[in-house]
Amino acid sequence: MQKDKNIINKFTEESDYKYGFYSDIETEIAPKGLTEETIHFISKKKNEPDFMLEFRLKAFRHWQTMKEPEWAHVKYQPINYQDISYYAAPKTKKPKHESIEDVDPELIETFNKLGIPLEEQKILSGVAVDAVMDSASIATTYKKKLAKEGIIFSSFSEALQEHPELIKKHIATVVPYTDNFFAALNSAVFSDGSFVYIPKGVSCPMDLSTYFRINSANTGQFERTLIVAEEGSYVSYLEGCTAPMRSENQLHAAVVEIIAHKNAEVKYSTVQNWYPGNKEGKGGIYNFVTKRGICKEENAKISWTQVETGSSVTWKYPSLILKGDNSKGEFFSVAVTNNKQQADTGTKMIHLGNNTKSSIISKGISAGFSNNSYRGLVKIGKNANNSRNFSQCDSLLLGDKCGAHTFPYIEAQNKSSIVEHEATTSKISEDQLFYCLQRGIEMDNAIGLIVNGYAKDVLKKLPMEFAVEAEKLLSISLEGSVG
Amino acid sequence: MADNNNTYNSENFKNNLIKLYESNRKYFSSDSSEKTQKLRDKAFKSFKEYGFPNKKDESWRFSKLDQLFRDDYEFDFEPKLKKFDVNKIFTCDVYDLDTYCVTLINGWFAYKNSPLSVLKDGTIIGSLSKALEIYPEIVEKSIGSTAKIDQPGFVSLNTTFMQDGLFIYVPDNIEVEKPVQIISIVDSKNPIFIQPRNLIIVGKNSKLSLIHCDHSLSHNISFTNTVSEIILNENSYIDHYKVQNKGRNSSLITSIFFKQKSDSKIINNAITLNGGFTKNQIDLQIEGENCSSNLNGLYIMDKNQHVDNQVLVKHNKSNSYSNQLYKGIVNDQASAVFSGKVYVEKDSQNTKAFQNNKNILLTDEATINTQPFLEIYADDVKCSHGATVGQLDSEAMFYLRSRGLCEQTSKQLLMYAFTNEIINEISIEPLKNNIASLVEKRLKGELSICDQCILNCDSSEPKFIQNILD
Repeated sequence: MQKDKNIINKFTEESDYKYGFYSDIETEIAPKGLTEETIHFISKKKNEPDFMLEFRLKAFRHWQTMKEPEWAHVKYQPINYQDISYYAAPKTKKPKHESIEDVDPELIETFNKLGIPLEEQKILSGVAVDAVMDSASIATTYKKKLAKEGIIFSSFSEALQEHPELIKKHIATVVPYTDNFFAALNSAVFSDGSFVYIPKGVSCPMDLSTYFRINSANTGQFERTLIVAEEGSYVSYLEGCTAPMRSENQLHAAVVEIIAHKNAEVKYSTVQNWYPGNKEGKGGIYNFVTKRGICKEENAKISWTQVETGSSVTWKYPSLILKGDNSKGEFFSVAVTNNKQQADTGTKMIHLGNNTKSSIISKGISAGFSNNSYRGLVKIGKNANNSRNFSQCDSLLLGDKCGAHTFPYIEAQNKSSIVEHEATTSKISEDQLFYCLQRGIEMDNAIGLIVNGYAKDVLKKLPMEFAVEAEKLLSISLEGSVG
Repeated sequence: MADNNNTYNSENFKNNLIKLYESNRKYFSSDSSEKTQKLRDKAFKSFKEYGFPNKKDESWRFSKLDQLFRDDYEFDFEPKLKKFDVNKIFTCDVYDLDTYCVTLINGWFAYKNSPLSVLKDGTIIGSLSKALEIYPEIVEKSIGSTAKIDQPGFVSLNTTFMQDGLFIYVPDNIEVEKPVQIISIVDSKNPIFIQPRNLIIVGKNSKLSLIHCDHSLSHNISFTNTVSEIILNENSYIDHYKVQNKGRNSSLITSIFFKQKSDSKIINNAITLNGGFTKNQIDLQIEGENCSSNLNGLYIMDKNQHVDNQVLVKHNKSNSYSNQLYKGIVNDQASAVFSGKVYVEKDSQNTKAFQNNKNILLTDEATINTQPFLEIYADDVKCSHGATVGQLDSEAMFYLRSRGLCEQTSKQLLMYAFTNEIINEISIEPLKNNIASLVEKRLKGELSICDQCILNCDSSEPKFIQNILD
């Protein structure tokens, strides 16, 4: 009974964003503004090798020639890039932590509030966590155990110190700094992120997980993730994001690159729960992310699974280049928008190799005054014989003030390939709602139940612990959306 | 058309057209009333401002316009009618099809002596420029009311240069007995640029069938930029067919603007069998409740042909239904684009809108780009879209082959079956039979644009089927 009460309380709480607390941790913040100085500052702070600094500067110079894209179906206040601080790191006396005990207790408390008790997890779930608060990676658990297998799982800056050759070899090979405006910006100023390297033939014994959190005000988060899976390896990677409530908008422009070699498989799951802004659409995170994977050689497989419930504006297209023959790509997405949120998200599947296969399942849910768009590209190259794509993008509308849009692009240039796309848009079924209400289930719970059922196809692709969290998130995000 | 000078681009072409308009104002002002002149001025201003769409323009991304921009086009600002009888140079071979047939030659209404005919039920069919003179109140009220001139593209250009075209007015409560058939012929030795403008108004509770055929009489270079405005009043009905069979050097941009009032119904079929560069834009505005519209399209492209079907269906009111079905077969180095959009405005509840695009790709050099978009701002809707790109079903092929049909016949049969879904939607029986046989011939490679004319025979056209059997 007490448990039920707790759940009810959770649903009726005035504050919708349960992750909106701010931790009082001393942080070292770079002055606002972006010049070559800033980049030198970041690079120096992080004690980076020269090639990294050069790369950053090249990216920065290119970025200055670029224009912010406007084609997405989103509207937001223009961003003043000189009004952002590009580096914020929690101040700690020691630069590195040998074990979890060395970590600032307040920091640990923060993560516990987030629901990622590092210590708990160490014992219970066996998940190795690389937590990134603002820019610097705080602690990495399970490193030693992973190291035994030859797996490298560390923060990006650490990897730069310890394995510069690997970074140099792979960075920007999937997302070049010229790719787009935000990728260029990230390449210039990225502060930290995660690096994963799975050697040949190794199947990573546990799910790797990173938690991102923007803590300081007026900072942007520009993390960079690089995952390299060598021949015959396997890894499942989880990423979660939260941010405290603030009335001003904050920018998050990340880059994720995945490289899968022959017979390798990478599963990448995201639960994105950045602060979405308040009911009037004030504040919230601008989430402009470039994520791309490449199946470099034959039989490689990459799958993206994402649950997007946060951010005031989302602009995100996790993409895959299927270059190796018989390689496989998957994209599963649930995107929920409520109040004044806007999301323009989808995927790109570029088929280059023979017998490449991709499937796209996207479920959009819009409520309140929000706009939710699916935008996807399926491209079949001339030489992609017998490739196959299936896409299904459904939208669910809750309320008559929101919008649901679908913008698929199909470009086919090969006669032996088959591309199929289907999409539906409809409102939440009144019969189902009635059924639930009639059995005494409250409106909010009923909606949560139906939406969870609707998104089941995607949710079941998530690793267990994430799936539970995601289901809760879906219900909370949609609270009070149908009157 | 590859011989075109590379440095000649849209900007030059635009400036040339602006100069051309300014130095030939006298022709246009003599074909205008005070009101239409205002519209023309507005369009000219908009054309000067926006010019032509560029590659970044979403709706023109896949259609390369550069080949259209030439500096050697001729313009007929006055009708240069041929001395010979229209019926002798072109006979429409739709058997048993009894129509009111009118002809436009190079954009001008071809019958000088009877530019406007009034049928006994009061329906007016004839030249737009004459109609503006005699029935200014009807024309002025509707012309420019649906065509969008405030964006880059060819509509403002057409509105700037519009002079003649077809005018049809069906009064209230009239069911026009026979279908009206327009045959647009382009015939010129030198490259020619023509811009016909059509205006069709269907009165309350009235019904009209309209067949619009685009033909060229030669393989000479031509560029046609047509704008049609079709206005459907309450409870009216139009059955509109567009058959395009043009030469490989002809470029055709057609923009059709439909406006639908309550309880009206549209059936639109766009059938593109041949053409160098074809772009069909349809803009359908549903302004009333309980409307229904079926927009169908079929395209069969080979060699270097390019077709681009762009459809916007905008549901501005509740309780309406729309359905788009476009099917195409693309061979050789040809390319086809479909960009459909269903836009459901806020509070357009109980809308049902469907969209489907199916393609067969026969070679690795051919390209298909399809973009079925949905943009929905109302919640009580049922919308869906689908798109497929594939080949002929190998099991079906096997079935036919195992029953002794040769590969060629089997392929033809399957392709013909694929097109049938569209052909069956044609409700005028003789036209259906005719298009069916045209499609069959086209698939066999026997149809060239010379089939229906007695002039300019060019039998050196490569056969379609030879390319299929690789």
